[in-house]
Amino acid sequence: MAMTPEEETEYRARQKSRNLVLGLVLLGMAVLFYAITIVRT
Amino acid sequence: MTAASITARQLPAEWRDFFALTKPRVMSLVIFTGLCGMLAAPGTIHPVIGFTAILCIAIGAGGAAALNMWWEADLDAGMKRTQNRPIPGGRMNRTDARDFGILLCSASVGIMGVAVGWLAAIILAISIVYYAVLYTMWLKPRTPQNIVIGGGAGAFPPMIGWIAVTGDITLMPVLLFAIIFMWTPPHFWALALFVKTDYAKVGIPMLPVVAGEAATRRQMLVYSVLLLPLAAAPWFIGGTGAIYGISAIVLSSLFLGLTLPVTFRTSVEGDGMKPEKRLFAFSIIYLFALFGMLVADRLILA
Repeated sequence: MAMTPEEETEYRARQKSRNLVLGLVLLGMAVLFYAITIVRT
Repeated sequence: MTAASITARQLPAEWRDFFALTKPRVMSLVIFTGLCGMLAAPGTIHPVIGFTAILCIAIGAGGAAALNMWWEADLDAGMKRTQNRPIPGGRMNRTDARDFGILLCSASVGIMGVAVGWLAAIILAISIVYYAVLYTMWLKPRTPQNIVIGGGAGAFPPMIGWIAVTGDITLMPVLLFAIIFMWTPPHFWALALFVKTDYAKVGIPMLPVVAGEAATRRQMLVYSVLLLPLAAAPWFIGGTGAIYGISAIVLSSLFLGLTLPVTFRTSVEGDGMKPEKRLFAFSIIYLFALFGMLVADRLILA
């Protein structure tokens, strides 16, 4: 079943916000692991 | 197929829905008690490692909550309070919720083990299995003592926080566990007496419904009586100073004092349920104050 233009826009918007949050989480994890490595060595 | 499920299939769930799966309000209490356990423990922990330990406790609790929502999606759909959660609300697939829960649980245990210590990680893993499997899947739908068992899940965080600092299990973290375990039934049943939930509708046997009000009130008294010596026990065994010890005795006596009128009364239609509401409100203050005094005791004596 094809999506309507409104659904398509909503789909993209959700994807974008999810990717943004995932990016921030991954960045936070990278910073955390870096800090843990410094502290534990 | 309903309109809601078509939407859930086509549109990816929003990040807010994933966040809602972690039960953020429960998580805040988990963070508070975990932090208190950590701050009250003898010894020191590097702030980065301490932060990581609390983060892992929170993520583990969030993952277990997501697994709980995945498993109970059908029950949630039948209850007013929970029918708008991400899965019954039609905003997320069940499998997404399950996978998200497994990811969070695995990540929290793995990071805890590598960064903080494997004993803390093992206890965290046990707490997750306890809540998601033993409580949610097995005992909650089978016994009216489900709240007593569920209380165990909420009792793990201060124990894990403590073990993150000390690296071993002594009597003190076990006592912290036992205090929350004993506190949960009167706290929750006080609420269950004045808020009529529709658990019965979906087949969850809650004590006030299955055994009746009188039995519930009697059992609340038993737990409140046991809570008094248990809350003071950390002082008796020399694990804390008098600041905590005296506070624990005063707070637990007040708790018991407020449980007594709840125990020895029978509610009538439209009586406002004031003693029950008072006990429930105080039970929340009690837990925050008790753990707050535990930390204050440690900091002042140090």
